[in-house]
Amino acid sequence: MSKPVIATASLAGCFGCHMSILDIDERILQLVELVEFNKSPIDDIKTFTKPVDIGLIEGGCCNSENVENLRSFRANCKILISVGECAIMGGLPAMRNGIPIRECLEEAYFHTPTIDPADPRIMPHDEELPVILDRVYPNHEIVPVDYYLPGCPPSADLIWKALVALLEGKPLDLSYGLIKFD
Amino acid sequence: MPKGIIETVVARHRKDRTRLLDIVRDVREELGRITPEDTALIAASLGVSTIEVEGVVTFYHFFGNEAAGTYAVYLNTNIVAAMKGSTAIKAVFEKAAGVPFGNVTPDGRIGLHETSCIGMNDQEPSAIINGTIFTRLTPAKAKALVTAMEAGKDIRKLAVPLGDGANASKVVRSMVHNNIRRKGPVLFAPFRSGSALKKAASLSPEDVIAEVKRANLLGRGGAGFPTGLKWEFCRREKGQPHYVVCNADEGEPGTFKDRVILTEMPHLLFEGMALAGYAIGASEGVLYLRGEYAYLKPHLEKVLAGMRRKKWLGTGIAGKRGFTFDIAVMLGAGAYICGEESALIESAQGNRGEPRDRPPFPVQNGYFGKPTTVNNVETLCAAARILAKGADWFKTLGTPRSAGTKVLSVSGDCKKPGVYEVPFGLSVASLLAMAGGGDARAVQVGGPSGACIPRAQFERAIAFEDLATGGSVIVFGPERDLFEVVRNFMDFFVEESCGWCTPCRVGNVLLKRELEKIMAGKGTVRDLEEIEAWGKMIKATSRCGLGQTSPNPILTTLQNFREMYMAKVDAGRAFISEFDLEEAIRPAVAVTGQKPAGHAAEADHE
Ligand SMILES: Cc1cc2nc3c(=O)[nH]c(=O)nc-3n(C[C@H](O)[C@H](O)[C@H](O)COP(=O)(O)O)c2cc1C
Ligand code: SF4
Ligand code: SF4
Repeated sequence: MSKPVIATASLAGCFGCHMSILDIDERILQLVELVEFNKSPIDDIKTFTKPVDIGLIEGGCCNSENVENLRSFRANCKILISVGECAIMGGLPAMRNGIPIRECLEEAYFHTPTIDPADPRIMPHDEELPVILDRVYPNHEIVPVDYYLPGCPPSADLIWKALVALLEGKPLDLSYGLIKFD
Repeated sequence: MPKGIIETVVARHRKDRTRLLDIVRDVREELGRITPEDTALIAASLGVSTIEVEGVVTFYHFFGNEAAGTYAVYLNTNIVAAMKGSTAIKAVFEKAAGVPFGNVTPDGRIGLHETSCIGMNDQEPSAIINGTIFTRLTPAKAKALVTAMEAGKDIRKLAVPLGDGANASKVVRSMVHNNIRRKGPVLFAPFRSGSALKKAASLSPEDVIAEVKRANLLGRGGAGFPTGLKWEFCRREKGQPHYVVCNADEGEPGTFKDRVILTEMPHLLFEGMALAGYAIGASEGVLYLRGEYAYLKPHLEKVLAGMRRKKWLGTGIAGKRGFTFDIAVMLGAGAYICGEESALIESAQGNRGEPRDRPPFPVQNGYFGKPTTVNNVETLCAAARILAKGADWFKTLGTPRSAGTKVLSVSGDCKKPGVYEVPFGLSVASLLAMAGGGDARAVQVGGPSGACIPRAQFERAIAFEDLATGGSVIVFGPERDLFEVVRNFMDFFVEESCGWCTPCRVGNVLLKRELEKIMAGKGTVRDLEEIEAWGKMIKATSRCGLGQTSPNPILTTLQNFREMYMAKVDAGRAFISEFDLEEAIRPAVAVTGQKPAGHAAEADHE
């Protein structure tokens, strides 16, 4: 029997959730034994090369590229998991929700202290660039999401336990400590 | 100058921090608004932190930093108002005043504001302008009001014709109608002043409590706690002094019976409060009156003054040495949550109306931390009648478990909206027959926090053992869209949540969003399951009765009108996204001028 295939992506996230995946320490060796990685920043595979069993998504959607990416994950993965606060709720990036887009962009490109006052004020508008969305969306508002792993980031143990439970087809038993955040 | 005015107002209230609501109300009245600088000045003259004052200024609907307008129009937008045409009235106000609701005209003269139920459901559409109530508004009347406000007229003069009963008296002079459709023996029967107090004074306090217990009087404010037992708990508490608080906040949409009781039977209520004081060992009582009913305050004060003259209040009541009691009327400022007893106590102490953790209950730790009984207006009236006529008599009314009568506020799609005092045990169908609402499709019993019941359940009884209610009964005719009803109720809870608990503050917003998704035809069976799960969670994890009941509009319709939801959801699909990429990038494209050739254009196919 071939190994289950896993893919991961970081959308509007900080890569903290990916760091947490790596935080499973030496168990990463066990994981590599258990599964095969496909499209993921971990192995730098850029496109899906085969059907995937489990997709782990860090971050929500803040621009058009995130949406495209998320939809392609949904199309290629049997099970899709929102990993971490940003994926589940929008998280820190969603703090801009409620602030008009113009204000956000002007703050970033016109008023930031690091901008040289002598430079012309240009709003990036190259058509190759992803377009930012009216607000940051949690993933489940765009595609169906099967599971949610809470935390910012979810602890390595939580991710590990969830993956093992899924791979073994067993019910997930999360002890209180794993989902207690304060 | 603001400083002088503020200092005068604060001095008038004897620099008393606990009168902060009155201080803020008076300062707003004098200055038209309260700027952050004013807030700081109030704080300085009271010797408290600015944040304390700011907390109060921003908590209450009728306060806030912004100017409300020289004429502040508060139009009721609850569901029954909407059914009776408030949307058209709203449009007339907006057109005539030239600004949309939520704004003040540029000259600062007219402010248009929406508000939730103001206790006039039987005479909608209604509005409050500078404290004066306008009922049964028509487009022509609304237009005339705007003209009068523009001309700087005295708004009170336009509140005509006057209503019935005490509404037409010199002190009240209001166009509000009582609409008492059915008088019962407990609340609306003639009452001889002093009869309850004389009887109480002839008994020991313990025996007064015993009589109320024997009558099996259950609280009429909604929760149905045995009144005698509450008084007994309070009497036993060691802390001194003890207090009696009457809950006249009446904020549950669709309830207006306390307003009618306060208008027509205040002497009965005040005797009830005084004998409650006698029973629990309190000599001070507070009537917490919702801000919307401020127009009744002079009337209530006058009745109180009369009772003091006749020695039904004060010292040596009913000739009994040591029977001392008096009552102060305090005003709320537009916050439904202040009807919850511990929030009410906070508000009466001059704080934000946020519920306390319970236990300890008010009987242990109430007004200023002292043992306090909080009772509804109707409960206290019933207690007075029990003393006057005896527990045995009282128990002949109603059902074995729910003794006495209930005053119901009936409104909506019925020919005779108004107040009905009926014995407990009456079926919904019989009530509908009385009120001329026989063709109803559904009836909301107990307000938004109660239950929406279908025709098949109209034989159910209004009683604590079946359909418990604080008194609100809203009738929905065959043509009504219940989704609109539910949405209106959810708007109410979202607006009125005090914000303390996340499940209530956030959960209700999410529930409402789910509801709107379903209404837009984008819901799935999975959304219904989510609603049920979230509703259960919100109820289980909220701190006070608001959050513990706020999912009821959705949950009870989902239970009783499931077919309505099933007709709206797409049973064949597991997931429908409301996300529209083209819409979502539009604002950014408008700002940057970007031509989204790449990702955006390709990505928008599922
Ligand atoms: C959100 C909320 C609003 C309430 N509003 C009122 C009200 O307007 N009037 C009232 O008498 N009780 C109201 N109550 C119930 C009170 O907390 C309390 O139970 C009642 O005043 C006790 O009086 P009773 O025992 O005479 O019924 C409300 C409760 C909650 C949770
Ligand atoms: S959830 Fe926390 S760790 Fe994960 S991407 Fe968001 S901010 Fe980073
Ligand atoms: S349940 Fe709602 S209204 Fe009640 S305390 Fe919590 S947040 Fe406030």
